[in-house]
Amino acid sequence: MAEVELRHVDKYYGSLKVVDDISFKLADHEFLALLGPSGCGKTTTLRMLGGFIHPDAGEILVDGVDITGVPPERRPTAMVFQNYALWPHMTVAENIGFGLRLRKMARAQVADKTAEILRVVGLERVERRYPAQLSGGQQQRVALARALVLGPQILLLDEPLSNLDAKLRVRMRDEIRRIQQDLQITTVYVTHDQEEALTMADRIAIMHQGRIQQIGNAVEVYERPQTTFVADFIGSSNFFAAQLACSNGATWAHVGQVSLPVEADGLADGTRVTVSVRPEDLEVVTAPGEGTFPIEDARLVNFGAYKRLLGRNSDIGEFEVRVGKDFVLADSKRPLYGRILRARAFTEL
Amino acid sequence: MALATGARPMSVPYAWGLSHPGMRRMLIRLLAGGLVVFVGVPLLTLVLWSFAGEWFWPAVVPTQFTTRWYQAVLENPRVIDAMILSFTIAPVVTLLTALISIPAGYAFARLNVPFRRVLLLLFLIPNAFPRIGLYVSLAVLYYQVGLIDTFWGVVFLHMIGTLVYMTWITTATFRSINPALEEAARDAGASPVRAFFAVVLPIAMPGIIVASLFSFLASLDEAQGTLVVGTPHFITMPVLMYTLISSFERPIAAVFSVLLTIPSLLLLFAAQRYLQSEYVAAGLGRI
Repeated sequence: MAEVELRHVDKYYGSLKVVDDISFKLADHEFLALLGPSGCGKTTTLRMLGGFIHPDAGEILVDGVDITGVPPERRPTAMVFQNYALWPHMTVAENIGFGLRLRKMARAQVADKTAEILRVVGLERVERRYPAQLSGGQQQRVALARALVLGPQILLLDEPLSNLDAKLRVRMRDEIRRIQQDLQITTVYVTHDQEEALTMADRIAIMHQGRIQQIGNAVEVYERPQTTFVADFIGSSNFFAAQLACSNGATWAHVGQVSLPVEADGLADGTRVTVSVRPEDLEVVTAPGEGTFPIEDARLVNFGAYKRLLGRNSDIGEFEVRVGKDFVLADSKRPLYGRILRARAFTEL
Repeated sequence: MALATGARPMSVPYAWGLSHPGMRRMLIRLLAGGLVVFVGVPLLTLVLWSFAGEWFWPAVVPTQFTTRWYQAVLENPRVIDAMILSFTIAPVVTLLTALISIPAGYAFARLNVPFRRVLLLLFLIPNAFPRIGLYVSLAVLYYQVGLIDTFWGVVFLHMIGTLVYMTWITTATFRSINPALEEAARDAGASPVRAFFAVVLPIAMPGIIVASLFSFLASLDEAQGTLVVGTPHFITMPVLMYTLISSFERPIAAVFSVLLTIPSLLLLFAAQRYLQSEYVAAGLGRI
């Protein structure tokens, strides 16, 4: 279908820079999620792709052709809006057929295509209904059908699942991914929900304050976050201030009296760093040993499938450990020790 | 009643007890009662007067009913002329107002019009001063440009008022329509103009109809200004009514009032149909 490229795109709202030098390239058929908290510039980026906002600097290319100045009606993109933006005065069939009729397609052919695309999105016998007569999930499917029926080269989705309840959200998530795979359509998907991004996308671009913090697949952004923001936003992390020490090819971080092995990606000896540790990369033991530190004020929070132990240590401060659902604090007198299995170091403080 | 559901928690009254069904019912009844007293009773009095053959104190209703006042009014050629004129001017005023107000309202709602607030207030200025002063100075102007005692002179005068209603209402209507609906049309391949006519205008129609209705009725009821700039050749129904009232023929004035009220009522009923159609709720409420 199409390759998409953004080159050094900037956008200001007044004096506020909401999109700051964004560049990325999407391969044909690729599914990219733009992930970030509200106000990070992800929706603005998507709207620039759709042609609804004009960038203040930079270029947008589709298959190598600059489309930066092309209005939305002449772009090869189709958008699914956050609140679906179905036209309330038109039936489902009229909503879907609108773009086809604009292209002067014959009435019978419009009806055929509409029925066909409704099958693709898993809806039947709703052609004559009005949007207000549909459930949220059905409206969502109609919005998707309306975007897909024109055979766009690039599909843009703006938080399409944010108005659905949790169960339906999971189902539609799989459904959208399936349709995207079936139609082999290049897709950009905006979300603030990391689970959606991790489960649906080929690659994820994590945005913060108008900048792309990191772009990579689910494993990369989870296992090898490149900034403290990513380490904190995807999953959760404990953060400690530390100093690096390199010896014999291994890198250690000293957090007060505790020293732990870290992945530091070539940072120099003696650098002051922030160390991030995932709650599942800590273990709790009952006897002191190499690399352990005493846990004070331990308490448990139950999450059903697992528990979290919240503890404190005079050197490293407060932290969280993920423990099994059967873990109990047997005796408050018995000392507990923590050991860090895996940690990453960042130069941000 | 509450026992049937068993373990339902006790409802907590809030917002002045408005959540309580009994309280709400009572308030609605009070409102309805108020409406009947303040709108219904004067209207009913008018109707009674227009049919009154003989009605002296202390009778509560006329002691004799007659249709001779209607006959007198409808047989008067001046009345027929005034009716024809009124019902010609009002549609023309409404149409011209719509032609200006719909684009203006859209521009105020959507486009980045500089000094938007100032311009919207500017529309209000003619209504901020005593009308009669405005009409007198307008009459002076009309003499100079030759609009005094002309059809278009009266039309333009009516539009001073109707432009305000219609521009304000259409601005609010267009602003209540989610811009994404328009963007979705652009996305599907419609030009900006096409998107406006296919999506925005139909959704805004109820608001536009209400605004047109106000304009129509305002034009139909305008008397002061028309009296100043339209006499002696352009006498509309309310102007004629003024002259009749001043000649103390109370039943005749009542007949006139009833005749002037009928189109208002008919138009309101017609508009109600539009206001209840389901896409209004969807377009203005949910989406």
